[in-house]
Amino acid sequence: MVPKKDVLLEVKDLRIEGYSDEQWIEIVHGVDLTLHKGEVLGLIGESGAGKSTIGLAAMGFARDGCRISGGSIEFDGMELTTTPEGDLRALRGSRIAYVAQSAAASFNPAHRIIDQHTEAPIQYRIQKRVEAQEDAMELYHRLRLPNPDEIGFRYPHQVSGGQLQRAMTAMAMACRPDLIIFDEPTTALDVTTQIEVLAAIRDIVDQFNTAAIYITHDLAVVAQMADTIKVLLKGEEVEEAPTEQMLDAPSEDYTKSLWAVRSFKRPQKERPAEADSIPIVSVKNVDAAYGKIKVLDDVSFDIYPGMTVAVVGESGSGKSTTARCITGLLPPTKGEIQFNGESLPPRYQDRTKDQLRQAQMIYQMADTALNPKIKISEIIGRPAQFYRGVRGAELKNRVDELLDLIELDPAKFYNRYPPELSGGQKQRVGIARALAADPSFIICDEVTSALDQLVAEGILKLLDKLQKDFNLAYMFITHDLATVRSIADEVVVMQRGKVVEQGAKDEMFTPPHHPYTDLLLSSVPEMDPNWLTTLLEERGTDSIGEAANV
Amino acid sequence: MSTFVIGYYALLIGASCLAAYFKKRQLFLLIFSLTLISFVTGIVGGVGALRFITVAAGLLALAAGVSYAFREFLIIIASDGIAKELRTAPLTAAFGMFVIFTYAIAGTFAPIIAPFGEAEVISSAFAPADENMLLGADQLGRDMFSRLIYGARNTVGLALVATSLAFILGALTGLLAATKGGWFDQLMGRVADVIMSVPSLIFALLMLSIFGTSLFVIVIIVALIYSPRVFRLTRAVAGNVVVMDYIEAAKLRGEGNWYLIRREILPNSTAPLVAEFGLEFCFVFLLIAGLSFLGLGIQPPTADWGSMVRENATLISFGELTPLIPAAAIALLTVSVNFVVDWMLFRSSGLKEV
Repeated sequence: MVPKKDVLLEVKDLRIEGYSDEQWIEIVHGVDLTLHKGEVLGLIGESGAGKSTIGLAAMGFARDGCRISGGSIEFDGMELTTTPEGDLRALRGSRIAYVAQSAAASFNPAHRIIDQHTEAPIQYRIQKRVEAQEDAMELYHRLRLPNPDEIGFRYPHQVSGGQLQRAMTAMAMACRPDLIIFDEPTTALDVTTQIEVLAAIRDIVDQFNTAAIYITHDLAVVAQMADTIKVLLKGEEVEEAPTEQMLDAPSEDYTKSLWAVRSFKRPQKERPAEADSIPIVSVKNVDAAYGKIKVLDDVSFDIYPGMTVAVVGESGSGKSTTARCITGLLPPTKGEIQFNGESLPPRYQDRTKDQLRQAQMIYQMADTALNPKIKISEIIGRPAQFYRGVRGAELKNRVDELLDLIELDPAKFYNRYPPELSGGQKQRVGIARALAADPSFIICDEVTSALDQLVAEGILKLLDKLQKDFNLAYMFITHDLATVRSIADEVVVMQRGKVVEQGAKDEMFTPPHHPYTDLLLSSVPEMDPNWLTTLLEERGTDSIGEAANV
Repeated sequence: MSTFVIGYYALLIGASCLAAYFKKRQLFLLIFSLTLISFVTGIVGGVGALRFITVAAGLLALAAGVSYAFREFLIIIASDGIAKELRTAPLTAAFGMFVIFTYAIAGTFAPIIAPFGEAEVISSAFAPADENMLLGADQLGRDMFSRLIYGARNTVGLALVATSLAFILGALTGLLAATKGGWFDQLMGRVADVIMSVPSLIFALLMLSIFGTSLFVIVIIVALIYSPRVFRLTRAVAGNVVVMDYIEAAKLRGEGNWYLIRREILPNSTAPLVAEFGLEFCFVFLLIAGLSFLGLGIQPPTADWGSMVRENATLISFGELTPLIPAAAIALLTVSVNFVVDWMLFRSSGLKEV
């Protein structure tokens, strides 16, 4: 047992209430949490489980519209629930620091990074400006940021997302806090960038023996970072155990279901013999540019009916731009898109209603893809009405049928508006809208990346079922290789606007690979808690930065 | 010391003690500071000043009471969805709605409410108020009160028509500019700039002296002057909506511009537009009243608040407040509309956070 004096943070029976519909509703129902000096605790759960709320409460802070209604939070002998706001403020930033999910949104774009970094130490009179700046550069060195002596003097928009996230970790370290709260620090990053940030965070937490609470929904990530893991569900603790034990032998059913999420897999379908069939969509030597900047360079691939082609790559590799070329939003500068062997007009305005109907799209962010002021029935019904002229009772039947297909109860959802739905339900409505047009080809643009793993798995299963029922062809844009492994038949790997490798899925996942494919594949976190250590040793610690910049 | 003064202080001090006893901090501070102020004003202004404070406080309490009752009334008669929104309305907004409601009634039922005709001469010029005439007669011997009632119909009605036209013009071009973009957007934007660069009153005076002062011309000109503001707001609001994925989805479906505007963009930009409507209404109203005051607006013998102020202006040198009554009517409506608009603005900004 660790002696009692080493306990840094002790939360007992924490209850938090949120204000909605003109009343206070309890959202965290009595969570206990103990953190020793230098220990890293992983908090995982689906969205809405109260992870972030508990993380913030560890700083004695409740978001607007939330309040801490019961329990105690003891930080190093101080009871935070009764400490006056002024003292809490002195504590935050100096002894407890916070690293937010999106560094790009959390840095002030109008100030240089180093000025934001040194603000806290100067404010708390720990260091003078010059010392604080030297210390910042020292931290940038340790976090292996490129040009550590100069990077601080840039503005946030001048550095990449992964670098910004590391700069933010450095900023959290500025006052050498006893506790750092990481709130999904790598969720918004590509797998290749994620590794750099994970390695950097782990090193620096080790070096300064800082305690940390690491909040994430990605099990594989938390396995690399945490000493103990606590699983949360709807504001309640499911179980807590040391990392190894939790991974090897989870005791609760819910935890097991989380672990099993990535098990969804279906057999790979083979491409029909070339002679007797034509691809439904064929991208032929397409170049595209935004203004003068060339973003696609000689991209070609085919999609056959009833098959799923996954297009993978980091952000900026041209995946979504290819989709924009196919839909006609961005006319290609060279090459052409063929549909069932016929050439499509480059601009969507020039395409016929039937050509538009055949190719539908499902978007990444269901929040922005559904008009919040239109009822579900109209969102789904409109394509049927628009393309087929279906009206009245027939239209209602069609909508009910579609709602059944996406496994939502028509009686319940017919008259609702999108903001009343959960993320997974919204995405299902997005799928129904695409289906309503009776398409033969659907572009799925990162459809599961904004969803929790359990919900995402449900969506993937639904898409798979629909594909079988309607013989649909999917172009599946994603950066998540686990998704590719479960749903794809063929894979196209893109990097900087070029196709670097393509072929059948099983072929792609067995070596030898193109070096870039190899980098992508090896960067996907695995459940093994030693995965990161082993990987870094294999790659050689110093080469992480360069490896990602291949 | 009269009984009034003794009663006055006794009431205030008693109320502040009660507030303090029941720990109503804000109420106590309010009442007790009023007591302290009354000491000073009582010494300086005598009993008259204290009476004035009493009357003002009474009126304020009356207005608050009416607003509260009116809000509760609306909540009961409205449907569930609207009632929920109404519960969030502050008292000021309820007061505003009450005043607007009263004006609407006065305007709609003017011929029934007004005791005399709009242009009916019933007495000598500037006759003082008696049991026939609530507010006395104007410069031609017409009943001031009746003209005030008819004025509500004419001035407010005209302003409403002009504002609506300005809105239809501005919102339509704004939505089209945001949807189509390109040269149409540029052209409309520059036209709006040109109109806005000319001071509105001078522009109106110029146009009215060219085209004459018929009601039709006034409406068109006022609408033209105010449409660029609506255009700019609509374009900005719609500009934030057209970049959303659901608009892209609708475009890829092959929907036409009219459907995009009507079903996709408009429902997402109504809140700021409604708030802007209230605000613009005040400006239009003031401009029309101003034009009438200058003699270029609504022409006699039609009753109109702006021209009523001008026609009776001479009375003010005799210490009469009559000419200020139509002015007060204008002021009250403007303030009321703004109260309601403030609430709507607060709501529309609050909704965005959810």
